[in-house]
Amino acid sequence: MKDVLFTIKENLAIAPQVYRMVLTGDCSQITAPGQFVNIRLDGLYLRRPISVCDLGGGDLTIIYKVVGKGTEQMSRMKEGGSLQVLTGLGNGYDLSCAGDAPLLIGGGVGVPPMYLLARKLREQGKNVSVVLGFNTKSEIFYEEEFRALGCGVTVTTVDGSYGTKGFVTDGLPENYSYFYCCGPEPMFKAVYKKARTSGQFSFEERMGCGFGACMGCSCRTITGYKRICKDGPVMRKEEILWED
Amino acid sequence: MGRLSVDLCGIELDNPVIPASGTFGYGYEFAEIYDINCLGTFSFKGTTRDPRFGNPTPRIAECTAGLINAIGLQNPGVDKVIAEELPKMAKVFHKKVMANVSGFSVEDYAYTCEKLDKIDQVGWLEVNISCPNVHGGGMTFGTDPEAAASVVGAVKKVTTKPVIIKLTPNVTDITSIAKACEAEGADGISLINTLLGMRIDLKTRRPVIANVMGGFSGPAVFPVALRMVYQVAKAVKVPVIGIGGVSTAEDVIEMMLAGATAVEVGAANLVDPMACRNIIDDLPKVMDKYRIETLKDIIGGMR
Repeated sequence: MKDVLFTIKENLAIAPQVYRMVLTGDCSQITAPGQFVNIRLDGLYLRRPISVCDLGGGDLTIIYKVVGKGTEQMSRMKEGGSLQVLTGLGNGYDLSCAGDAPLLIGGGVGVPPMYLLARKLREQGKNVSVVLGFNTKSEIFYEEEFRALGCGVTVTTVDGSYGTKGFVTDGLPENYSYFYCCGPEPMFKAVYKKARTSGQFSFEERMGCGFGACMGCSCRTITGYKRICKDGPVMRKEEILWED
Repeated sequence: MGRLSVDLCGIELDNPVIPASGTFGYGYEFAEIYDINCLGTFSFKGTTRDPRFGNPTPRIAECTAGLINAIGLQNPGVDKVIAEELPKMAKVFHKKVMANVSGFSVEDYAYTCEKLDKIDQVGWLEVNISCPNVHGGGMTFGTDPEAAASVVGAVKKVTTKPVIIKLTPNVTDITSIAKACEAEGADGISLINTLLGMRIDLKTRRPVIANVMGGFSGPAVFPVALRMVYQVAKAVKVPVIGIGGVSTAEDVIEMMLAGATAVEVGAANLVDPMACRNIIDDLPKVMDKYRIETLKDIIGGMR
């Protein structure tokens, strides 16, 4: 964990209300795909946790959707501005379980953390399949970026305006060795039921600190209480205990 | 004795800065980014007799200049705290630590305090009779002078270490509670715990916090906390620890001028994990600016 002052290199809308921000600064504490950063914003008391989308050459890429005051403020930030960011938070995905043909499932703003994961798995020579779920065609982002990594990509839209009609579970391939999943909780439950292999899910919760001090984001698991920010956000399928 | 040192119930603190219980865990996360031995001490996560998961999530709501929390005293229970957490804490923090204790009955408080009192590493017992986030305990004891006194009496009977009672601001007259605690033998008073608050999500029209209400803290509460510290410090002779919205070295000095012997820092740790270290680093500079030679000279020094 390290509190780092980043410089904004790019802040671009890539879909309606969805922005990609590229930040330059010390990324040394970010060690795994699926980790997140916690962003300090003027006038807002709590930081905003956002997942890491990509890393490289001293740049950190995040993709965020404007959902409230914090992300709205971020969307108005300009190139050259600076941002105080607590980096290297959360456990991240464990790549050692992937097998030869891992499946990556991302829904909406759950797609971004899949990108760095896909890139790392491709670097290891894995045969990576990706299912990206969106509500409608205009909301789709990063389909081409995943293809450019050499992943097999399936896009699903709830309204059928592009790709396979339905949810990510309607686009799952027949064969895969393991899965990684990030998105809304109803999607997790559907994937949990339908998946044929073991896998990992990346959870979300309202957080106080984002680094394990306040117990604001605790959840129950098979193996005991866990803090989503510190012991997670990634949990293994076998340890998840659905609350309802 | 250095410029920053103060005496808290017979134990010297290198400085008056103490991370508040529930905002610092057991110190491990902070020890990853700075040497927490720079702290006066720290009050570790509230301990109860039995293990507790706490409240359902969401447990956190943002507010202007603060936050509401409704954690619900999540902790592994006193036996596990003694067997596992205290030895781990000893590796990252080499001074006496403050044990914060909560309960649901007078017997609970006495039971948990008696166990922690036997641990050499524990310097003080901070008895929390002010948690707004649990039913049938916590704050119930802190809102009535007799109930508060009964906890103090029971704890004092089974302990030898200084007992500091942590008070809630959610009362009509905090000085009557403080005086009742002092009369029953409390060695110190810490205040304030959080103010009961709530938020509603306009989109869903539901409370943001699953438990509906929670405890409000952060810079927004500082003036309220300062006022209550001032009132209590005038009403009792035992040392007072000022808590509530402290985020800067200036805030520490202001709390001490109001009568605080030491100061706890809570919410600030959550938004800036370096907060306490920065405050300690800044103190000498700010003292110079206001021509303060030693901190202990300004306790209750408001003119």
